[in-house]
Parts: sequence; C-alpha cells; structure tokens
Amino acid sequence: MTREQIRETVLRVLGQIAPEADLSQLKPDLRIRDQLDIDSMDLLNFVIALHKELELDIPESDYPKLSSLNGCTNYLTSALHVE
Amino acid sequence: MPQLGADMSAGRLLRWRKQVGDRVQRGDIIAVVETEKADIEVEVFTTGVIERFVVQPGQKVPVGTVLAIIREEGKPPGAPISAPTPTPVPPVGLPVSPMPAVAPPPAPVAPPAAEIAGRRIRISPAARKLAADLGIELASLSGTGPAGRITMEDVQRAEKFRRAPEAALDRSARMRQAIAAAMARSKREIPHYYLSTTIDMSRSMTWLTQGNLKRSVEDRLISGVLLLKAVALALREVPELNSLWKDGAAIRSADIHVGAAISLRGGGLVAPALHHTDRQSLDDLMKNFRDLVQRARAGSLRSSELGDPTITVTNLGEEGPDSAFGIIYPPQVALVGFGRIAERPLVADSKVVARRALTATLSADHRVSDGHRGGLFLAAVNRKLQEPEKL
Repeated sequence: MTREQIRETVLRVLGQIAPEADLSQLKPDLRIRDQLDIDSMDLLNFVIALHKELELDIPESDYPKLSSLNGCTNYLTSALHVE
Repeated sequence: MPQLGADMSAGRLLRWRKQVGDRVQRGDIIAVVETEKADIEVEVFTTGVIERFVVQPGQKVPVGTVLAIIREEGKPPGAPISAPTPTPVPPVGLPVSPMPAVAPPPAPVAPPAAEIAGRRIRISPAARKLAADLGIELASLSGTGPAGRITMEDVQRAEKFRRAPEAALDRSARMRQAIAAAMARSKREIPHYYLSTTIDMSRSMTWLTQGNLKRSVEDRLISGVLLLKAVALALREVPELNSLWKDGAAIRSADIHVGAAISLRGGGLVAPALHHTDRQSLDDLMKNFRDLVQRARAGSLRSSELGDPTITVTNLGEEGPDSAFGIIYPPQVALVGFGRIAERPLVADSKVVARRALTATLSADHRVSDGHRGGLFLAAVNRKLQEPEKL
C-alpha cells in the first residue's frame, strides 16, 4: 500500500462518517474534528473503520496523532511501514 | 399515530411494513412514519392479526389518529379491537383528544352511524354531511365526542390538516420549528430550577484508559457512557426526577430510560431512549449507544426510542463549553447536562492540584422536586463516578 492509497482510505472512511461533507474542501493541516464537526463517537467509528480497512490496532494514546488529514496519513504511513 | 416526543403534532405515513392478515407481535415494526425530525419505525404495542389499515401511505394525520386495526389474539371478529399504538398524550398546540387504545364495541342501537369494513362509526349527521361535502373518508377520522363519536370539529380538524400547505421547508427547518415549539412550551409551563457541581473525573478517566488498553478497538468505551450510567444509577436514589408530568401531576416512571441527546448532521437534535439504562452493563450500553447514534443520524429510529425517555442527558463537553444548562423536554421533569472534561485546579488535602474534572448540571421541574433533592441527585452522580468499577 502506498502513502497515496492510505490517504485515499482515510478520506473514504471520513466520507462514511460524515457523508454530507465536501471532502475536497478539507484542509489537510487543520483539525478534522473542527472541519467535519465530529464527536467522540465518530472518532471511535473512524478508528474502528481504519482498523478494519488497514488491519491496524490504533491505541487510544495515539488518537491525537490522527487529528488532521496529514497527521493521520503520516501516522498510518509510519505504523504500516510504508515508504 | 403515536406521539414521538413533545414536539410532534402530526406525522405522515410513508409505508406499511406489514400486510393485512399478517400476525404481529409486540415490538414488531409495522410502519414507517415521517415526522419533523426523522423517519421513524413504528412498533406494534400489542399482539394479534392486522385486520385493516385505516391510514394510507402518503397521508398526514394528527397524533392520536388510529393507523390500523389489530385484532388481539383470542378475540373473535366483532370483539373490541385495539389500535397499534399506546394511548397517546395530547400533542403540543393541537387540541386533539386521544383515540382510546381499545375502541368501543358496536352498540346495538347506535346514534346515526356509518358502517365501514365491518366497523360501525358513530358520527353526527352534520359531521357526516360535512365530511361528505369535503370528500373526507370517515374511516380516516378519529372521534373525540362521547363514545368516540365523530364531531364537526373532528372533520374540520382533519380538513385543516389535509389542506395545510405542505411544508416547503426542508427537514432541517421543520426540525427547528418542532424544537422551537417544544422548548417554548417547556419554558412557558415548567418552572425550571438549575444546579451545578464540579466532578473530579480523575478516577473515571484513569479507569477508562486502563480498561480500554485491554479492549479490542471495537469494544472500547467512551466517557459519555460512564456519564449515562452514573445518571441512571443516581436516579434510583432520587426517583422523583425520573417522572413524567401528565394531567397536572408527576407520575414516577417504573423504568429508567435515559434519553441521550444526539446532534444531527446538518443541525438539530434528537434524544432517543437507551432502554433500562440502569440495568445495562457498560459494554452493552456502549454497544447500544453506538447503534443508537448511528441510527439517529441515518434516520432510522424506532417509535419506542422516541416515546419512552424518562429523562434527558446532554453532553456538550466535546464541543468545548464548560457547562450546559438545558431546557427540560416535556413531559419529562429533569435534564442533566455535562460540560467538557478538562484539567482544572481542584483542592485536595488542602492543596491545589490539577485534576481532570467536569461540570455537571441539573435542570429540574420545581413542581416535582426541590433544590435539596436535586442537590442529592448531583451528589449521587458524583459518587457513582468516583467508583467507576461499580458502574
């Protein structure tokens, strides 16, 4: 899996969480939570969906690293050992 | 047409999920109804066989209107029949007397009556003429006169609903109107009092974090579930807050069904019930809460979930405010609000220490409880959250 595929996966999962959102307008360095109005239940669903898609356990202590699109992609790229 | 919350006065039948002749059991989904807030799956409150549908898909009818006739088990044709909904409560701003859950049996000698599909309908001659002139089906009317007799007013009301300009408003705007009606009524009729307390959440949050380390991703808990359970258990100690105000008096609810306020995408909110909140384990509560949030946002809640809450909990903390003082959702008599969990300076052992804490608030109906009892309730919530392992 490439970095770009990880990013696409993140966006696809976000699209399921916030189906009304225009993800093309998502600013990659700003907090997803603020831009998409998601709450703790959405965050949990987001992590569960990433877990299923990428077969990766994300500990709760790492949730802050998922705050932005770029942060999320960087974290997953590193966790999955993707170049 | 069941009343699914104080802010609902009418609903439109979208589709039947069963057919005439089907056997249904209590809890089965029989229809889908459109309300201002969402499309709701209507559950059956009795067991029997569907005899006929009174309301057709597409029709908008006031709360209290009989939607279908279900013959209860063991009762022969012609025996008293029951509607699929519980006795509804008077809706907001709509003077409709509820249709009895069990319709009266046909009288041997009735006042002017019509017979439709084997059911005798009592109606005054003037009302019958008016209904005929307006082209209104008698079977679609619910009578509010003596012994369920259909009156002129019933016909006129039905006409008003039929001719009411279809809301060109989108659902979001209609939801705003519904919330406005319920909240304005609440502020008008309920003498609120407000209390707040600061709760040290250190123990609960540490317990939660440690517990989640041992859980799979799917089974992790969120803090909101601890708050819901703590409220439910505290209600056992101050049960008057778990009451409904009906006909000028508070009636204590035998069961504790906490309504969880859920914000909807695009605005508005719903507060469906987590049934028997006090009896659920945290794991079950989390699973059911997750399912409830998902269905609330997908627009597939069930009628009992909207009709059964005995108290509401709103947790606005995630959006940043320190505290939330809510407006009671009639006919409930209390609402609990939680603010943001954040590090705050608290005093412990005569020292100022940084602790994760939140502000819990209570909005309560002064007709039913007073500040002393409200204070005991918040103290009980606090106590429960200091022993998270017992939740």
